[in-house]
Amino acid sequence: MAVADNKTEKRQGWNRPPVMEPDGEGELLEVAMGPHHPSTHGVFRMDVALDGERVIRLKPVFGYLHRNHEKLAEGMSYLGSMPFTDRLDYICPLTNNWAYALAVEKLTGQEVPERAEYLRVILGELTRFQNHASSIGFLIQEMGASGTPLMYAFRERERILDLFEALTGARMMVNYMRFGGCRVDASATWLDAARKVVAGLPGFADEMDRLLSTNEILMARTQGVGILRPELAVNAGVTGPMLRASGVNYDIRKVDGYGIYNRFNFRVPLGDHWDVYDRYMIRLLEMRESIKILEQALKDIPPGPVMDPKAKLRGFRPKPGEAYGRIEAPKGELGFYLISDGGPNPYRYRIRPPSLINLTVLEDMALGENVADVVLIFGSVDIVLGEVDR
Amino acid sequence: MKTVEEIKAAIEAAVPGAAVEIVPNPSPCGQHSLRLEPDHAVAVATFLRDELLFDYLSNATGVDWPDKEVTERVKVTRAVTKTVDGVESTADETVEETRKRVQPGCLEAVYHLYSVALKQGPLTIRMRTVNRTDQVELPSLTPVWRSAEFQEREIFDLFGIVFTGHPDLRRLLMWDGFKDHPMRRDYVEPDDFEYEPTAHDEVLARAQAHKDREQGVGNRE
Repeated sequence: MAVADNKTEKRQGWNRPPVMEPDGEGELLEVAMGPHHPSTHGVFRMDVALDGERVIRLKPVFGYLHRNHEKLAEGMSYLGSMPFTDRLDYICPLTNNWAYALAVEKLTGQEVPERAEYLRVILGELTRFQNHASSIGFLIQEMGASGTPLMYAFRERERILDLFEALTGARMMVNYMRFGGCRVDASATWLDAARKVVAGLPGFADEMDRLLSTNEILMARTQGVGILRPELAVNAGVTGPMLRASGVNYDIRKVDGYGIYNRFNFRVPLGDHWDVYDRYMIRLLEMRESIKILEQALKDIPPGPVMDPKAKLRGFRPKPGEAYGRIEAPKGELGFYLISDGGPNPYRYRIRPPSLINLTVLEDMALGENVADVVLIFGSVDIVLGEVDR
Repeated sequence: MKTVEEIKAAIEAAVPGAAVEIVPNPSPCGQHSLRLEPDHAVAVATFLRDELLFDYLSNATGVDWPDKEVTERVKVTRAVTKTVDGVESTADETVEETRKRVQPGCLEAVYHLYSVALKQGPLTIRMRTVNRTDQVELPSLTPVWRSAEFQEREIFDLFGIVFTGHPDLRRLLMWDGFKDHPMRRDYVEPDDFEYEPTAHDEVLARAQAHKDREQGVGNRE
């Protein structure tokens, strides 16, 4: 059993990070940033080797929040792990629910009623909006602008979470979607309230745009920093706003057209400088596209049932087989891989976490940059540790 | 998108000696997969990436298939000697017998490929180890698709598949001193019962049993 020692290993190949040698005269400084560091989002640690201010090696260390959700899910019924998916990426629980429901629906071939599909799109896009808003807030916070942008984002997020609470009973741990539909229907009052909130969102996007996009300090700190080449981004499995900021046109809402996304008219913004500023800008533009989808969905939502009447919740036993279902979660491609052996619980339950796989290129982006910029680059990846460690 | 049969034919034409087996999937989604032979896996993967443009490896994961005891009923014909009214006679008789045999287990790595260039997918490829104990090596696909880097480390950590050719194969989620592989189906959770000296017989017996086991916790070797 030979395990490579990363210190003596010689890195080769175009998709590997380069081996950097210290060129200064001073000593090499090794810093463990995290797991309790003010700049990290959660219990994440990177072991950084510094030559002066320059980063010459970076190793992410995971596992501080590991609870083996996959093993737990294999020991309980299919429906039993639905509440646990809320805890993966706790900023956007509804898209996690959606991805899991979609994978099980692929496994069993269930149909979802029209109204439930619309509700899923509305909730998914509200989730995307509040995730991007708060992720911009966190990014600016890590740049040193304490408070203002993050509090603006959280003010807007609070309005959206109020909608979630009114519909599902919980702000974050929603446990809302089911295989073949949604748990409860949205009332006309709720839809009116949602329309009112959505009417206020463009003003918020404008406000963030005016406040930040041309800010001199933001531009100086983020432009040209943390460049990610598109061919490496694709090869390293980077997805979501990070991939599109590298100029690759790949949005699963467009590619797979899962749910009813191909009925809506929206565009996929792409970056052409591949840096941290582009990642910020892509999130801002995607917020505006989400508003477009929300307006269309709230206008067209039809009446009807929200659960497939043939759907079975108790005694749910899919036939043997396997399925991989994926959606465009706010952070990237969230996939669930399920193997059924005909029993009441999944034989294999696997989550493809976008946050973890987007971190593959963290070292490539950070090498050669200043240590202060590593925090920014890390912030621009937009991760949640509940999903990285599972 | 090409069907798995066409992809299998293309692989076998391009990579000499590669044996590819189609694994059917009875689920309605119809995502059939291709089982690669470990010896040619890297060549096949490079072909899939460069020629068929599956440039994006989305998901890599492991599956544990433990040794399975299969019970089957077989019809056996044998000569039976009977004594009827004091006369011995031999006749062939067909009887049904229940036989048990052990189907050897293995560890499996599953990869889901997509094409960003052609916007197609998924293509599922899988590889199997020889057994679950000592021959658990599989070739690493990290040199072909970088996104396998952390995911193969996770498979190594949780399932115990050793990927040869991986640039940095260490545990990802569990700590370095950890011995076992928690996602295996026969994994036994460590006994975290706390020892408390007490006079009660039942608790004392449990504490004693725990003390005996303590050395072997989480250690299969």
